[in-house]
Amino acid sequence: MVTFVFWLFAGVAILSAFLCITRRSPVASALWLVCTFFNLAALFVLLDAHFIAAVQVLVYAGAIMVLFLFVIMLLNLGRKGPGDMKGAWGRVVAVVAGAVLAGELIVLRLAVPPAALRLPPGAIAGETRARGAVQAVAEPLFQAYLVPFEVASLMLLAAIVGAVVLAKRRV
Amino acid sequence: MLLGPALAVSAILFSLGVVGVLLRRNAIVIFMCIELMLNAVNLAFVALSQQLGMDGQVFVFFVMTVAAAEAAVGLAIVIAVYRHRETLDLVNINLLRG
Repeated sequence: MVTFVFWLFAGVAILSAFLCITRRSPVASALWLVCTFFNLAALFVLLDAHFIAAVQVLVYAGAIMVLFLFVIMLLNLGRKGPGDMKGAWGRVVAVVAGAVLAGELIVLRLAVPPAALRLPPGAIAGETRARGAVQAVAEPLFQAYLVPFEVASLMLLAAIVGAVVLAKRRV
Repeated sequence: MLLGPALAVSAILFSLGVVGVLLRRNAIVIFMCIELMLNAVNLAFVALSQQLGMDGQVFVFFVMTVAAAEAAVGLAIVIAVYRHRETLDLVNINLLRG
């Protein structure tokens, strides 16, 4: 049952990603990308990452894609245009390169992590159930990864200032 | 276990993102394809965190932070470029081409 649900969401995610890169209108691309993000959130739930799934919906499907749609509509790119696909030669190169990359990544999947590092099956699900979905992520975040967390706050500050400076008409 | 299928889905989504970057000429659509690739990597992180511990999910958190910052700065650059060139077609944006 879980496997069937997994492949259902995975199939919709791959299909909407394909539609995202082939639709001519940027607005349609953005909306199909939102659909991909929602299905990925469902996959995260199936992989016992409930908090990450919630953040995926809030931050990716909510904030980031709304920012994209806002810019698309601000620049009035939603109207029908001549399309921005590359020519026949460019398409062949893109599809061949993508197929080679997919083949390589799927072969790479056969490499298994060493047995000494592996947790017993169901360990993460048990930890999430015992300590709650948020606490299980928050404890390593605020203990082992405290310095990267603070650096991330500095990076966000730099990004805010940079975005304002770049988008200003006259500095 | 869903690890193998999840990594396969992640590989396919990443490749679709790469195809999108190579296929399109609109700067915003290329940006969205980069977000798609970041999400594929997130899926691989979450799938592997089932076997290798919670650190994978913490890394997904950091990837999302960087993606948010990147989207803000990148879209500001897109707006600045559009103001100068009145287009987002990368064929016409050749300021850095030697």
